[in-house]
Amino acid sequence: MPYPEEMVAPMRAELTDNGVEELRTADAVKQFLERNKDKSAMIVLNSVCGCAAGAARPGILLSLEGDKKPAAVGTVFAGNDTDAVAYVRSLVPQAPPSSPSVYMFKQGKPVAYVPRHVFEGGYPESVAEHLRNEYAKL
Amino acid sequence: MGTFHSDKGALHGMTVVVKTTGKAVYIGRCDTQTPDGIFLNDADKHEEGQDGKSNAEYLQTAAQWGHWPRIKYISIPAREISEVTRLADLKQS
Repeated sequence: MPYPEEMVAPMRAELTDNGVEELRTADAVKQFLERNKDKSAMIVLNSVCGCAAGAARPGILLSLEGDKKPAAVGTVFAGNDTDAVAYVRSLVPQAPPSSPSVYMFKQGKPVAYVPRHVFEGGYPESVAEHLRNEYAKL
Repeated sequence: MGTFHSDKGALHGMTVVVKTTGKAVYIGRCDTQTPDGIFLNDADKHEEGQDGKSNAEYLQTAAQWGHWPRIKYISIPAREISEVTRLADLKQS
């Protein structure tokens, strides 16, 4: 059962109000990756989890303030955008389901993945540093 | 960063590695840690050599990709535990 939309709306907005593209369906994810297949792209698997609020979302936004970053950033929401989430997860089948998490793509191919445990107990600054290190792969 | 459940221990809500005095190692989301042991949700267990992998190799894979939650809930008594660490603190080789 999805979370009430009015509950997750502010959590979505924290990213989408800052330039992250919302991808609510599998088709939207496919189109996003197709549109950016010649560039680098990142998809944030957002969630209601406390570590998403305290570490992942603010850390992701902080990481995007740097020069080296993905050319395009999209987001899907665990528990609500069910098909979109399933499609994103299918692109990296060796990764167990994990949210929040971050998927990075270069020329349409997955090149990096950041699972939930990296965000747990973290601070925005430490998350941003971890992500910036991953951006070097893009 | 703390949680709202200060009575459950500092690792509450975090994914931890529990090394034991035997062959097994566990990964799971820590619910509660007490002097009596640790309670994990959504856990996995690996034994040295299982599936042709050492515990160290299993943990390296989990550090990179996460772990499969094959066990819904498990309690591990303190007498069987040799070390508890956050999975995030495991360095990837």
